[in-house]
Amino acid sequence: MTYIHEKAIALQTKKRRFRNTFFQVLFTSATILSLIILVVLLYRMVTQGSGYLSLDFLQQFSSRFPEKAGVYAGLIGSIAMLAIVAPVAVSFGVGAAIYLEEYAKKNRVTSFIQMNISNLAGVPSIVFGLLGLTIFVRMLGMGKSVLAAALTMSLLILPVIIVAAQEAIRSVPTSLREASYGMGATKWQTIYKVVLPAALPGILTGSILGLSRAIGETAPLVVIGIPVIIQFLPDGIFSEFTALPMLIFDWAKRPQEEFQYVAAAGILVLMTLLILMNSIAVWIRHKFQHRY
Amino acid sequence: MVSQKPSTPLNVQQLIAQQQKKRRLRRLEKGVPALLFIAALISVLTTIGIIGTLIFETIEFFSRVSIVEYVTAREWLPFAGEPVYGILPLVVGTLKVTAIALVVALPLGLAVALYLSEFASDRVRTIVKPVLEVLAGIPTIVYGFFALTFVTPLLQQIVPQIQIFNAISPGIMIGIMILPTIASLSEDALSSVPKSLREGAFGLGATKLEVAMKVVLPAALSGVVASVVLAISRAIGETMIVSLAGGSTPLLNFDVAQSIQTMTAYIVQVSTGDAGYGTTIYYSIYAVGFTLFLFTFGMNILARWISKRFREAYE
Repeated sequence: MTYIHEKAIALQTKKRRFRNTFFQVLFTSATILSLIILVVLLYRMVTQGSGYLSLDFLQQFSSRFPEKAGVYAGLIGSIAMLAIVAPVAVSFGVGAAIYLEEYAKKNRVTSFIQMNISNLAGVPSIVFGLLGLTIFVRMLGMGKSVLAAALTMSLLILPVIIVAAQEAIRSVPTSLREASYGMGATKWQTIYKVVLPAALPGILTGSILGLSRAIGETAPLVVIGIPVIIQFLPDGIFSEFTALPMLIFDWAKRPQEEFQYVAAAGILVLMTLLILMNSIAVWIRHKFQHRY
Repeated sequence: MVSQKPSTPLNVQQLIAQQQKKRRLRRLEKGVPALLFIAALISVLTTIGIIGTLIFETIEFFSRVSIVEYVTAREWLPFAGEPVYGILPLVVGTLKVTAIALVVALPLGLAVALYLSEFASDRVRTIVKPVLEVLAGIPTIVYGFFALTFVTPLLQQIVPQIQIFNAISPGIMIGIMILPTIASLSEDALSSVPKSLREGAFGLGATKLEVAMKVVLPAALSGVVASVVLAISRAIGETMIVSLAGGSTPLLNFDVAQSIQTMTAYIVQVSTGDAGYGTTIYYSIYAVGFTLFLFTFGMNILARWISKRFREAYE
């Protein structure tokens, strides 16, 4: 009498191996499909947009006529907004991260703040727009200004920057801090001169990722009421302005087909800006990354 | 090189200067944490600001429109002569788009995650994962533009009955948008399952697929489910894709070929229109925003609870 039914096992093994190969092919093709989708999107972006892209497109204001429309006001507006968002969001974000990682005791208050941050990261951007509309635009009377939009965006990207900075600070080894204390440095001296420089690549990378989110976000700007028909450049933080994604939104909505190409050209400008920022982030990570 | 000074005892002025420097340092040591604490409090203030704003303006809205009508009415007609404010059509619009997005993103995202964590080589994984995360970095306005100008015409060629504005095209686009959320976070969860578990299963003669489906996936299930719930929350809150490609017709049905309106798209419609400050329509966007906030907040809490409650610890 045999305990092992070799034929049955061979049959079973064949089935199992076939199923293994089948699903491996399936999973691999799913991954390839995802990559193809990305390539198709990028390809469409370039082919649709490159027709209207020119030096004039970068230097003209928006217009009712597709051939005269340009991104000038939006491009400068977005950069002006970023010029406020960057110092505000990065200083508060990194400050909060230092507090949570280096000073905060493990108590209820700290875990409440931490929970708050991760909840804020999940709040839809349009809700931040409602907050900005009520608090900045109406209550504080900033109007539809660069400042109101920039502060709203800063609050929106704050959780991204805090979490990235926290991770960067956490990854600085304790031995570095102890060496600094051993040399007689105080806590703040240690943080300022040892921990922060060591964590800087991670902090910068996270900050740039947050800032590139601020550049592309449209919904909060729409809710705040940022106008699109603007024929001047912002001349101060209280000036009205328009932003790149607002122009794209406006053009994409227009019924004339030509404006689709204008919108696509605007998207190309936006994506170039984003790629530029992300390449800087990648470069920083490679150039300054320390291994301890 | 440090210059060699004759070792004279400190005079009084130097002593005073030294004391002052020490005092300044001490003040800095005490002042800095307080300042940083304020920075950390900003996030709490933001939450209070959001909830306060939404509740305050929503109460104003419900002083004009009955809350019973808001929850039970089957029509959303704020611009009609006799306005009706029933949130159901907007909720249904949102859920339709979210469901379609999940149909796209769930199988694709899980397959990608399983491939990257169980089948791919380290080299492939380190290249493919960041490339796919590029999808998460593309602004949603760009996805909206593609939904309107690329996916919708493509779908219309296949099924001519599909309208210019519909639920299926933005749904597919949102699915592509949340794909990296599911793929990347699930992959993290799958890879963190200890190697010993896999090796144990391989030692018993399991195939790669059996290890993946019967050992790794169950062990990482809490992380995988949490990633899916987070993705759903992002899909519900997504705005620009549905504003551009979904239309502005709030309807209480389950037809995906027709024009729809989601909660977020309604807020955009009012914001870009000319409803004045202080009108009932103006306050309605806060009520809708509050409803939206409750949905996403619930999803986020659920995701955290799942990943905490059902986490399998192996260390």
